[in-house]
Amino acid sequence: MSILGTRVVRTEDPLFLTRGAVYTDDLTDERLTGALHATFIRSQVAHGRLLSVDTSAALEAPGVVAVVTAADVTDLVPIPPPFPFINAEMTRPWLASDRVRFVGDPIAVVLTEERYQGEDAAEMVVVDVDPLPAVVGTAAAAADEVLLFPEAGTNLMASFGDPAPADFFDGCEVVVTQALVNQRVAPVPLETRAAAAAWSPDGRLTAWCTNQGAQQARGQFGDWLEMDPDLIHLITPDVGGGFGAKIGADPEYAFIAWLAKHVGRPVRWAESRSENLVGMLHGRAQDQVVTIGGRRDGTVEAYSLVFDQDCGAYPRIGAVLPTLTMLMAPGVYAFPKVHAQGRALATTTTSIGAYRGAGRPEATAAVERAIDLFAAEIGMDPAEVRRKNLLPAFSEPHTTPMGATYDNGDYTVALDKALEAAGYEELRAEQARRREAGDVRQLGIGLSVYVEITGADNGAGTKEAAELEVHADGTATVLTGTSPHGQGHATSWAMIASDQLGIPVEKITVLHGDTDLVPQGGGTMGSRSLQQGGAAVHQAAEELIEEARRRAAERLEVDPTDLVVDLGLAGLAVRGTPGAAVSFAELAEDERLLVNTVFNADAPTFPFGAHVAVVELDVESGKAQLTRLVAVDDAGTIINPLIAEGQRHGGFAQGVAQALLEEVLYDEDGNPTTSTLADYPFVSATEVPSFELVDMATPTPMNPLGAKGIGEAGTIGATPAVQNAVIDAAAHLGVRHVDMPVTPMRVWRAIQQATHTQQQEGN
Amino acid sequence: MQVSITVNGEQRTDEVEPRLLLAHYLREVRGLRATNIGCDSTSCGACTVIVDGLSVKSCTVLTAQADGAQVTTLEGLTGADGELHPVQAAFRAEHGLQCGFCTPGMVMAAIGVLADNPDPTDREVREGLEGNLCRCTGYHNIVRAVLTAAQAGPAAGQVPQAQEVEA
Repeated sequence: MSILGTRVVRTEDPLFLTRGAVYTDDLTDERLTGALHATFIRSQVAHGRLLSVDTSAALEAPGVVAVVTAADVTDLVPIPPPFPFINAEMTRPWLASDRVRFVGDPIAVVLTEERYQGEDAAEMVVVDVDPLPAVVGTAAAAADEVLLFPEAGTNLMASFGDPAPADFFDGCEVVVTQALVNQRVAPVPLETRAAAAAWSPDGRLTAWCTNQGAQQARGQFGDWLEMDPDLIHLITPDVGGGFGAKIGADPEYAFIAWLAKHVGRPVRWAESRSENLVGMLHGRAQDQVVTIGGRRDGTVEAYSLVFDQDCGAYPRIGAVLPTLTMLMAPGVYAFPKVHAQGRALATTTTSIGAYRGAGRPEATAAVERAIDLFAAEIGMDPAEVRRKNLLPAFSEPHTTPMGATYDNGDYTVALDKALEAAGYEELRAEQARRREAGDVRQLGIGLSVYVEITGADNGAGTKEAAELEVHADGTATVLTGTSPHGQGHATSWAMIASDQLGIPVEKITVLHGDTDLVPQGGGTMGSRSLQQGGAAVHQAAEELIEEARRRAAERLEVDPTDLVVDLGLAGLAVRGTPGAAVSFAELAEDERLLVNTVFNADAPTFPFGAHVAVVELDVESGKAQLTRLVAVDDAGTIINPLIAEGQRHGGFAQGVAQALLEEVLYDEDGNPTTSTLADYPFVSATEVPSFELVDMATPTPMNPLGAKGIGEAGTIGATPAVQNAVIDAAAHLGVRHVDMPVTPMRVWRAIQQATHTQQQEGN
Repeated sequence: MQVSITVNGEQRTDEVEPRLLLAHYLREVRGLRATNIGCDSTSCGACTVIVDGLSVKSCTVLTAQADGAQVTTLEGLTGADGELHPVQAAFRAEHGLQCGFCTPGMVMAAIGVLADNPDPTDREVREGLEGNLCRCTGYHNIVRAVLTAAQAGPAAGQVPQAQEVEA
């Protein structure tokens, strides 16, 4: 029986559970002996002219070796925008010189012998800023009255798509329009950002950082520091969560390397959480307007999504997220007409990057809210409206009006499975009973059906590298260009190799995140790893068997075609000749048995699913408690259900968090008011239920494993289901929409408003 | 100032700054880096250790306050024979960890929960772990792990006594 599809417990865990993983701040590498600690001094003003930075007192503080300001950084050019379509004037200085653009903008760095000394000295740096008006929110940005980059002449980073034709909704019996906020949230990996750097006398840099892709980060270091990447050895040790916010090197990481060179000593940096909550990329932050039109029988005829993406002060991945949102705008639906248009705008806030789902949750939230609004307007069950408009099952690629080519899908079955597992009819009956009785605790049932894109081209193509070697002692080593930070690749990649070679999982070591060992790789992001990195391991194993077959044929003096893989032996046996066999290990005795390969996926894949959320809403306080989340998530073939389920669970909780709790807030002056974990309402164990998972697996033809991505399904599916559930719980009171996070205050207000309106209409 | 603290069965006397947090003492003075620091507001619980039988957030304890105390960290849970503590074993069996950063604190907090309540319900586990944040697991498998560990009996709520652990 194949090991694939079985619940293999993780090989990573014994060390993680006894000694603890080794994160960047845990490193005791001898190259970091005597390292100085870096402490950043960051702007406490959202927007202003930087008048002066007085470092004299800090320089006298105990343990201070250097205080670095922009004046010292004469050999680096500002960081250009990461994409060619962004206004080229929107560059990022290494340290602010004449202007600060968000609370958290780095202004200076102190380098100290000890960690605590850095905090002491940082407080002695006197920064004088002449405040300018803040630009908070996309409306203020689009007004272009206050510019972050005056030389750019606009706050518009990029614009995508055109307005809808004036007659777009002509002929529709019903047209509903709603403004939606897909609020800014903080990714909050439990490990904050950290980096370290050491230079060797020959000019080679060794840099460590907590990141989702060492190879991409090395390329950025090379570009920014104007170095040959071959002189950079970049290592991502164990990484304590990423969720998209650790995609791409942050400027601070490369600057730690620059500082190490500047002072001629190794330097390390680990930020505090309050620094992290202003300094690390945020996610989402779209202001959307959905318009949906169709017939009273439930058929949707036209759908439009127009939105502004808040990108924060400096362009990062956030500036390109509108393209993903637009691509996935129609989701699972067979809408005949689809329109999408987005703008990317600069504001005096923390930059926006990828956050679990990155552009797709925003598309799904919009269309799933629109469907519910349409259903409410025509008085039809939202499940029925969905069923009426879902794309029929397809096994050949289907291209949408937005130009996405979905590989395969059966959305109706996904919805039906979710409804059946949830007991949808019974839930509706219970809801009706409570409404009839006027219960304080009302039941809300929320649905979402989604499709997402995974394994999209992330700039490195849809390919991934793998190296596989079987050693003479019977063990094997896998090198992968993917970069796990919780996803269990060490286990799953070993399972894939073991499945083909017969070498036990515990004898297979998986290495990653070190550019000397693995020079090429795309990292772990966009739910790409298994379908490209795992498939590369699969391909490497096949190629290794072919090399082994050639050697075995010579050794056993048989025809290569007479050799078959003997999994029990972990080698090759001559068909029909008992005893005539040779193990892979034996074939590695005289010459390394090693293959290097690159797997090229034909195209991205499109996982899909359906979620049903059930909430109990106290209509007197507005407080909703999620009681059930039933999820169908079809990600094709599952290699390790234990790990895949864990990926789903984590995404669900983050989806629930966005729907109900979490939001990064700024006041009108651009001051963040959620910059500690005491203020930012990070979801806890009491705010989520145990989840109800339903299996569904439609293998993709895009890779030999049949696997699609699973990492981001949870946030994409769960977020709108939970939001819809809360609104549904108050629907009978006249509530049609409440923005996320659907907090008690917002719900209470919406109920008061709806009740007031109904009373007035009754008079 | 001078403190004498027993960590994982090993007593040592160290000269420390009065303001040194216990979390930093464990990591930097004692070299026990399983204990992680995930926030600066006593919110995340990644730094949870057992001090004199109680699970505490070591980022909110001064080293000086732990003078004379018995401290157990994740590194001190495993038996001399390498056998995992019931909570460690359950976290592995139930896939109660992903990136691993919250894990040392979560494991120690779970021991604290089980010490108070050897046979908790799903809800009681969730309430007991409310002060420990995890971004990866959605808590689902952590709760399952704690419920599984409870089946091991009283040992799941105890830490090994006076056992020496190498840093």
